[in-house]
Amino acid sequence: MTPAAVSWAWLVLLLPLMGTAVIALGWKILPGRLAGYLGTLTIGLSFLAGIATYFSLEALPPEGRRLVGSAFTYIGTSNLNVDLSILVDPLSVFMVLVVTGVSFLIHVYSIAYLGSDRGYARFFSYLNFFVFSMLLLVLAGNFVLLIVGWAFVGAASYLLISFWYRRDTATNAGIKAFVINVIGDVGLVIAAFLILDRLGTLDYLGAFEAARQIPPGDPTIVAACLLLLVGAFAKSGQLPLHTWLPDAMEGPTPVSALIHAATMVTAGVYLIARCHPLFEAAPSAAAVGAIIGTLTLLFAATVALVSTDLKRIIAYSTISQIGYMVLGVCAFAYSAGMFHLMTHAFFKALLFMGAGSVVSAIGMTNGSIDRMGGFRKAMPFTFATFTIGAGALAGLPLLSGFFSKDEIISYTLHRGGLYTVLGYCAYLAAILTAFYAFRMVFRVFFGKPVPEAKELAGGEQAHVAPQNPLTGEEEDTDVGFPGPEHHIAERAFGMKAAMAPLALLAVVGGVVAIPGLTAGVETFLEPTFAGSPYLADRPPEAEQITGLIIGGVLALVGVGAAYVVYMRRPGLAGSAQKKLAGVHALFFNAWYLNQLYDRVFVRPGRAAGRFGRTTVERVLVQNTIVGGATGVVRAGTALARAVQTGYLRAYALLLLVGVCALALYFLIASG
Amino acid sequence: MGIAWFVVLSAFIFAIGAAGVLTRRNPLVILLCLELMLNAGNLALLSFARAHGNGDGQVFALIVMVVAACEVVIGLGLIVAMFRNKLTIDADEMSELRG
Repeated sequence: MTPAAVSWAWLVLLLPLMGTAVIALGWKILPGRLAGYLGTLTIGLSFLAGIATYFSLEALPPEGRRLVGSAFTYIGTSNLNVDLSILVDPLSVFMVLVVTGVSFLIHVYSIAYLGSDRGYARFFSYLNFFVFSMLLLVLAGNFVLLIVGWAFVGAASYLLISFWYRRDTATNAGIKAFVINVIGDVGLVIAAFLILDRLGTLDYLGAFEAARQIPPGDPTIVAACLLLLVGAFAKSGQLPLHTWLPDAMEGPTPVSALIHAATMVTAGVYLIARCHPLFEAAPSAAAVGAIIGTLTLLFAATVALVSTDLKRIIAYSTISQIGYMVLGVCAFAYSAGMFHLMTHAFFKALLFMGAGSVVSAIGMTNGSIDRMGGFRKAMPFTFATFTIGAGALAGLPLLSGFFSKDEIISYTLHRGGLYTVLGYCAYLAAILTAFYAFRMVFRVFFGKPVPEAKELAGGEQAHVAPQNPLTGEEEDTDVGFPGPEHHIAERAFGMKAAMAPLALLAVVGGVVAIPGLTAGVETFLEPTFAGSPYLADRPPEAEQITGLIIGGVLALVGVGAAYVVYMRRPGLAGSAQKKLAGVHALFFNAWYLNQLYDRVFVRPGRAAGRFGRTTVERVLVQNTIVGGATGVVRAGTALARAVQTGYLRAYALLLLVGVCALALYFLIASG
Repeated sequence: MGIAWFVVLSAFIFAIGAAGVLTRRNPLVILLCLELMLNAGNLALLSFARAHGNGDGQVFALIVMVVAACEVVIGLGLIVAMFRNKLTIDADEMSELRG
């Protein structure tokens, strides 16, 4: 008898898959906007099934909340058994709820936002496929299925980044994302091999049980954990594999909100939390992860400070916030990391939705905040929700991000040693975060209204000739390019309907884990992390509350600084930029990492490709090997052809000469 | 009379036939020369049969005659077909098998 929770979890997984299949196969016969409604419905039902999973799991005793459901045996050999199995435990249910919940709202948003796009049905079949892949990733019960889900989300991400496939910039961004993700896939696969080699099984529960038996610091486990980190970092846009994420903003805005902010990029955090027994057996690998997470969160915050593309600022902020989560889970503060994952999903999806609305308002030509300003009057709803999102991102007191971010930092400080330094770095980045979050708000919504804002306030919406936002190339509105109509939240009910619940969650999402009052996330996730020795080692309440106060003050300092720089003394930013031109250029170019990779990997790769094509392929393979072989055969056949004169009498002569020669030979031989 | 004379005569006729096959261009004559070569062979068979005193060679010669008759039938048929097709009777004209 399958437990109810497992049955519900299978349903969670099946619904988006069905949605994908129906939309992908029936796009020609589905009338009008039905594809979008269908895709949204399946995700909504999947969310309800997720809630049912949650309740049926909660009904079980805490020690029984780790259920494995197996559909059939995938690979069965003498010493390796891999089932098509899902693991239903609090962690996976937590991820299921976050993924399906946010996905549902983003689907609702997309119905309106992509309403006039010619690739409407294709978009929803991709989006449903993505949700299915992500659910497969979080529900997988062993490393094999995890890798399958992991690769699927990579493919879905590629398809959706390149959704407007007639844009060169978008297809290039998709290729970049895919290539970097494959680096991570390779890491993950090799890690799975090492785990199988050392622990003897690929099942999560068996492997983790075995990992607890071996002494910490086992070299194979450390290597496996480092390789898991490679996979996690490629997927989650952490240094040094982050360069694809800002480029991924070429995709439609709902994609940025869903995949490149709320769900897929947090898969790395989930992976580390899921494999926590391995990381606890390899503390050095966890320390490496924490250091890189901290470096990433600082690095990305500095880039977000000066970047001028609205969506890229939010993308760098995503990288930075995932740095916090990675720091959290690598500091063994699992519930804090997962809590931040949840609140981040809310406010970051909200910020992207607001950004999409603003970018639509200026005609989708350019995402640069230099062209924005004064949208407050023209777009009151977008302004309100965007500000809430920015406030939560900044960690303003009592908003959701306030509780989650500071929980991570106080846990990190509590771990002591190296982690103390990392905690202070995270505080430093918190000021920067508050500053850039409100830089966006002040630059976009305050100040002198730009012409588009004035038109919009007067009831008109800017419609310029469609063009590529990066290169300015002319485009049309046929399939493969964005559709003709641009939708803003003020005029589209669906967009409002999606943004309002997220705004609400971004405000109140923190109440589930207020230190001293509630511990919803921690209590819920406890069965998953029950065996962890770090579970009981939590900072005392007083420490946590002090942390919250410090965090709140720092956030207010950051916001205040942004207010001074962009509102009170508008010239300050420009003069600071001139004075610190070197630093500005460094930050603006994202520490020249893209250029560095271009020099070190891309250009040598291209040069090697060119060399291969011109020299190896053309000269060696084509001319020498293939050409030489054909030359030899040609010469040989020319000889054979010369013999074939076609004259009957010549053949007769040859025959006669041959027979005579043979006869002569035998005569001589016998004599 | 020794067998040598017969064999020499046979070789002589064979050489005449071979030379005819090699030098003449008319297929009809080539066919005739082929007959000469076959009959030279027959002569040799018969002479050796006589010399050895048994009938094996004679049987063989009979078979060769049958084969020669068949060959003439096919050869003449080919020549007629060729004549109908190309209107010239010249072995060198028929060189389509050239490589």
